[in-house]
Amino acid sequence: MSEEVTAEILQTHILDLAAEGRRLDGRGPDDYRPVTIDPGFVTTADGSALVNLGQTKVLAGIKLEPGKPFPDTPNAGVLTTNAELIPLSSPTFEPGPPQPGAIEVSRVVDRAIRAAETIDLTKLCVTPGEKTWVCYVDVHVLGHDGNLIDASLLAAVSALSSATVPAKRFEVADADYPLEVLHRPIESTFVRLGDTIVVDPTFDEERAAQGRLTVATDESGRIVAMQKGLVGAFSPDDVKSVVRRAFVHGDRLRAQIRGGRR
Amino acid sequence: MKPGPGTYRVGGKVYASQLGLLSPRPPLLQVVPLSGRYLPKPGDQVVGTVTDVQSTFWLLDIGAPRWAPLHMTGAPWKVDVGETERYLRTGDAVVVRVENLDATGRIGVTMLGEGLGKLEGGTLVRISPARVPRLVGRGGSMIDTITRHTAAQVAIGQNGRVWIGGSPEAIRRVREVLEMIEENGPRSGLTDRVERFLLATTPVAREEGGPAARVVPHDDGPPSADAAPMEDEPAEPGPADE
Amino acid sequence: MGSVGAKEVPVLLNADGLRIDGRRLDELRPIQIRAGPLPQADGSAFVEWGQNKVMAAVYGPREVHPRHLQQSTKAVIQCRYNMAAFSVDERKRPGLDRRSQEISKVIAEAFESVVFAEEFPRTSIDVYIEVLQANAGTRCAGLVAASVALADAGIPMVDLLPAVAVGKIDNAIALDLKKEEDNFGQADLPMALVPQSGRLVLLQMEGHMTEPELAQALELGVGGCRVIHEKMKAALRERYSTAPLAAGAA
Repeated sequence: MSEEVTAEILQTHILDLAAEGRRLDGRGPDDYRPVTIDPGFVTTADGSALVNLGQTKVLAGIKLEPGKPFPDTPNAGVLTTNAELIPLSSPTFEPGPPQPGAIEVSRVVDRAIRAAETIDLTKLCVTPGEKTWVCYVDVHVLGHDGNLIDASLLAAVSALSSATVPAKRFEVADADYPLEVLHRPIESTFVRLGDTIVVDPTFDEERAAQGRLTVATDESGRIVAMQKGLVGAFSPDDVKSVVRRAFVHGDRLRAQIRGGRR
Repeated sequence: MKPGPGTYRVGGKVYASQLGLLSPRPPLLQVVPLSGRYLPKPGDQVVGTVTDVQSTFWLLDIGAPRWAPLHMTGAPWKVDVGETERYLRTGDAVVVRVENLDATGRIGVTMLGEGLGKLEGGTLVRISPARVPRLVGRGGSMIDTITRHTAAQVAIGQNGRVWIGGSPEAIRRVREVLEMIEENGPRSGLTDRVERFLLATTPVAREEGGPAARVVPHDDGPPSADAAPMEDEPAEPGPADE
Repeated sequence: MGSVGAKEVPVLLNADGLRIDGRRLDELRPIQIRAGPLPQADGSAFVEWGQNKVMAAVYGPREVHPRHLQQSTKAVIQCRYNMAAFSVDERKRPGLDRRSQEISKVIAEAFESVVFAEEFPRTSIDVYIEVLQANAGTRCAGLVAASVALADAGIPMVDLLPAVAVGKIDNAIALDLKKEEDNFGQADLPMALVPQSGRLVLLQMEGHMTEPELAQALELGVGGCRVIHEKMKAALRERYSTAPLAAGAA
């Protein structure tokens, strides 16, 4: 059970502000919080990135190990995404097995990475049916002030973009080489506050929200993943409008990943 | 000197038990905390949120180590057993007064008294309880400055939960001031900085009105000891006086 | 670096008495402590110690979940020491293994020895330690981070708890082992000191030491803890600076 109950008058205030196109922290409906990306934050990982999205703080680490391909995809590598919403990051998270919230973040991030063909899984294969690279994407949420999905994918894609395949260490090749990243999917999450749909919700805005919609885009203009969450509904026109806004945020954030390579 | 709040004695020495400012009040040595959860004192007016409703009482989150039960006999309504939910529901914000504490850490609160009741409209902001004396200011100077320049209504809980009523613009400006106080808590020169900020950001046409809001007057009598300028020595747990 | 997979034992101490990273036997790795990086927590701290990176957060005293853990006369101190999957060379499966559970237990007991828990009956003080990057000495780095986080959370206690590991490398007693020294050394002795009383509230040992070596190790460790104690206090002073605000614009 979560310790923190959000006061009804705070939620009402958030909705009143949204009706006028305003937000608690002074942002407009389409303003994203400041983002910083610190690639290579963890040297024990093969790739990593610390992302600060306002007061949301997410660390992603990549580990590559030799393993066996799945029998049904003998020519492809294996990609696994796992998000941990550890109790350190929020008074509302409890120790114990992964909660549905953590599993949703893992799966939504995983779908975007996979569908965008962020990395070419066939290139991870060393010997078909025998040996391949297993790529683990581990997302560690350190501070929860809302919008964990966007921050987690941003950290994951930044970490993949900074990753090195440890081929020498595992005696697979003579030298390590950079992991090739083909596409950079970005998720933009929106919540409905009354008739207003705002981007990049804070924790308090998520508590007040009447529906959440996440849209993942890539640089070639494809929509690669979506997720509607929380209690609430969106019209088809809402969805189309959110998608247009998601492309704008996606392009801006993608530029930040490229510029951030250490 | 003798060990006071925030200290302990071993042998002939007094040590700080808490992160805070050493501010001796002869014959007591005491450390005024700079951080930490709200520790209830009888008589404190606090702002809380209902977290659970039982048949004869409500449980309030007042930012203290434990939830505080508000018994139905402490409410300003004639409440029948099992009817509590008709008056206050989970998520409602209230102003209550701490009545008593027992050895088990149970916190008794009441809603009977002037300025106490359910909050309607406006919004809630949290600051560190250690910052409350700075928000009030010496003799109420800081909070007077804030309300004068913003036309907002402000109710301060000793627990660091602050209710703000007024126009959205007024609420926004008070929130910004609260952030300044939260960030610069132990430093001197804060009242001046707040006043300069408010003068520099005064809207050309002041907005009036806003959503209907119930005003609860702020506590006029801050403990002057705590509101003293923070000129004292910083202390960490450990030796305070050797 | 880079000798992780090496089969042969590296030379840990050269002819000049210097260690693989150039330190003397009584020298600590560089330590940086930042208090209060996580605003959602009641208290927090981030510690970079050599190549360790550790984040700690404290929540409480607060209501106990699950309720049956509640103690009627004092706060229960719950500690969770956890390693991120990518914090070590070989990926660690997420979740608490036996090692993490043991470390969580001895750290919780170290803090129970100094926190005035009887001031908060029927509550819980939750201490969370996340190792983000590991290079030997993570339980000590975690303890230091958690202790600063407890002070940041305003928890009353006897004193801060500095901690360090002392070890034995090439038959010499050395302060603050790094990974290669830990892997190929002869002993490892992590400890946590209550500076006020001079007593130890965490003490573990693995390896081989003689009685005179142990005496030497304890002295070296206590000295190291006192240096770390000053750094912990400095981090808290920096967070709660009382310096006057500049007269300039807001």
